[in-house]
Amino acid sequence: MNPTATALRAGWSRGLIELRQSLTNAGDLFNHFFWPVLMLATLFFMRDVSFGQSGFLLGTLVLPSILGMNAAMSMVTMSQLLTADREDGTLLRAKATPNGMLTYLVGKILSVSGGLVVDLAIFLVPALFIISGLTVGTAGSWLTLVWVLALGLVATLPIGAVLGSLFPSARSQGLLTLPIIGMIAISGIFYPITSMPEWLQGIAQVFPIYWLGLGMRSALLPDNMVGVEIGESWRHLETVGVLGSWAVVGVLVAPVVLRRMARRESGSSVVERREKALQRVR
Amino acid sequence: MTTTSEVLEVDGLRMRYGSNDVLHDVTFQVRQGEVVALLGPNGAGKTTTIEILEGFRMRSAGRVEVLGVDPAHGAEQWRAKVGVVLQSWRDHGKWRVRELLAHLGSCYACYSEPWDADELVAAVGLTEHADKKIATLSGGQRRRLDVAVGIVGRPELLFLDEPTAGFDPEARREFHDLVQGLETTVLLTTHDLYEADKLADRIMILNDGRIVADGTAEELAKRIVGEDEVRWKRDGRQFTQLTTESTQFAFELFQRYGQSIVELEIRRASLEDTYLSLVHQAEVTA
Repeated sequence: MNPTATALRAGWSRGLIELRQSLTNAGDLFNHFFWPVLMLATLFFMRDVSFGQSGFLLGTLVLPSILGMNAAMSMVTMSQLLTADREDGTLLRAKATPNGMLTYLVGKILSVSGGLVVDLAIFLVPALFIISGLTVGTAGSWLTLVWVLALGLVATLPIGAVLGSLFPSARSQGLLTLPIIGMIAISGIFYPITSMPEWLQGIAQVFPIYWLGLGMRSALLPDNMVGVEIGESWRHLETVGVLGSWAVVGVLVAPVVLRRMARRESGSSVVERREKALQRVR
Repeated sequence: MTTTSEVLEVDGLRMRYGSNDVLHDVTFQVRQGEVVALLGPNGAGKTTTIEILEGFRMRSAGRVEVLGVDPAHGAEQWRAKVGVVLQSWRDHGKWRVRELLAHLGSCYACYSEPWDADELVAAVGLTEHADKKIATLSGGQRRRLDVAVGIVGRPELLFLDEPTAGFDPEARREFHDLVQGLETTVLLTTHDLYEADKLADRIMILNDGRIVADGTAEELAKRIVGEDEVRWKRDGRQFTQLTTESTQFAFELFQRYGQSIVELEIRRASLEDTYLSLVHQAEVTA
């Protein structure tokens, strides 16, 4: 067997092991349930609110948007896991193993994607009992959902890996939270984007969150609800264009940044970071 | 493969951080099958040296060949032949012992015949902990796992950096037995003289970025400085003399004072004395 095939196979089994671990451990399980449950509660209180004069129910609009937002959040998950793995030496271990970095990355992509699918299901299945008016009965809806999700992951996971390589410690990851919350606020997740000022709409359309939300709405909402969207269109071409651009940038930049970060890793740098972390505790 | 049996060749290795030289002109070789200890006080440059050899750190100058390859440019195939045990690992805490060894072993499948996970778990004495989460292992157990990870791909050369730091005597003894059972070339760093003496075929003493001695434990004790301590009593007074020629000195002592010499004691220079005097000398001349 050639080295790449060996690494891909090892990465695949690594991903499955990590996924199983994250679904059988109390701390991780809490994380898997926390956001979906919070979002379900939000949906529950929104279920009868209608949006402006359109007569559309806000809850119906918001459910697919939340799916898109969660998918985009896998970028943050990726970033956090990478920083944590750098701090505890997991990445150094990968570096000490032949083709270990490739194995590690394949595993991480698989486990984060798998974890996301679980999170989405935890949210979606109960949500369908709260919210009505979604086109969940047709195969076309699910097909759209799958390609939007897949494209979204290819767009966001490499960027997450880049962020994770740039942050010096797990603590500094907190800096990410604020801009992300801002991004969610302007991306038309909890309220249609067309009610925002146009310059804000412009900013939102640069980032993947908006497009993932739009893509999910295009999958699960009936066609007449396109009226609240920009240009009264689901804009699939633009969705592919923007998410595709992020994907290309990520796939090109991530290996370079990851390699640079990995090159700096050594036993003493792991020890140094641990000592720093301990000092902060004291 | 090189035609010689040299597994490791270091020639004129230098390492400089800013204007501070950490390693000056370090030169040594390790032959196939040897267990060599790099012994020295804290801050001597042991970890820097071993990290350069592992390919984790760039050197400032000098020639380094590990298994015939410059570790700064070691490909994955080279990586597969080198085992690494760092000073402190705490990765993969959620994984189980056997699970991690099976997984890491599978990464070597295209290069070598990796250890079977169960056999390896048994070889390092972790059978009863095979299904435990790694985060729950004790320090000594964790270290055994680290060695297992280091050898899972059957490396031709194993690096051990301060393998028993923080061990209790029992764990240390068990660990020494484990390392002595390995059938591979080993370079280990330690600041523990006893450990170097017990494990290594050859000891290199590194002090302040220089190799100040290189040889077997006996050679070191014999060859370098090694002043024996001669103690005696004469007319009720206690005398002590340090000398490299203790037998000769005692002979002359008796010639001069005859039977008035009592309670003669000669303590031969131990490896520890040699080590301390070497490190001390190097510090004085530096």
